[in-house]
Amino acid sequence: MTGDGVRDVITAVLVLLSAFLCFAAGVGLIRFADVLSRLHAATKPQILGLMAIVLDVAISNPSVATITLALAIVFFQSLTAPIAAHMVGRAAFRTGHLRHDILVVDELTPTKE
Amino acid sequence: MKARILSGVLPFAGLVLLWMLLWGQFTWLAAVTGIALAIVVSAVFYLPAVRLSGRFNVLRAALLLGRLLADIVVASLQIAWSALRPHYRPSNAIIAVPLVSRSDLVMTFTAVTVGLVPGSIVVDIDRDEATLYLHALNVSSMQDVADAKSAVLAAERRLILAVGSADDLAQLRGLQAEKGTG
Repeated sequence: MTGDGVRDVITAVLVLLSAFLCFAAGVGLIRFADVLSRLHAATKPQILGLMAIVLDVAISNPSVATITLALAIVFFQSLTAPIAAHMVGRAAFRTGHLRHDILVVDELTPTKE
Repeated sequence: MKARILSGVLPFAGLVLLWMLLWGQFTWLAAVTGIALAIVVSAVFYLPAVRLSGRFNVLRAALLLGRLLADIVVASLQIAWSALRPHYRPSNAIIAVPLVSRSDLVMTFTAVTVGLVPGSIVVDIDRDEATLYLHALNVSSMQDVADAKSAVLAAERRLILAVGSADDLAQLRGLQAEKGTG
């Protein structure tokens, strides 16, 4: 197999992986029970999906400009995604948009009373 | 003193580096415009300086990043699987994790690291008590709760070992010694 062939295979695997993760995130968004659980589906598998797709672009088109931009994208996405999730989660919790019946323990509600 | 200078220089250098990354070129033109913009940005959007500890262990930081990446891969697949599997029964938990360190920097980094790994979202932070409140997915027993808590503390431990101040390190060592004897 030539170098180009190997690269094509890696690219295809990465694209499929990231498509799978984005698909799972979409399904989780519909299937999970409350806002907080849906946040998990919406923010988390997508991070790995983004890493895969960015790595994919960097592999299929290796140049200093692409790789540095890819690093910047992953870095800032990793920095902002948890904070976005935190803000939505906090708002959901404070406005009571959560189902207590699917919680095993809740150590935050007692502190708010 | 060294820590104070670093606390000022590092964010500034970060801004310049970001500008060059966005342009995708490391030329003098990009550097000069980057420095000019960084001066404007830090003057217009003034933020109180973050106190860095002045300690940075490269090996520990590499370990931290590697472990974080592995956690993200494993947990992403787990969450994807629980979204797709048939007969999914939700069982979650909101847990309180009191942290060892009281430094804002370690607390923030721990919150981001924990929030980045799938399966946990930071719902609230008590800064005075240095306590994180997390929503964890797929927690069904008290054993799972304990596991989730120790995972957060392990993440904090790795962070302190990589970038924590001498105080945090001493506190961490003290805790470990306590655990060793008790």
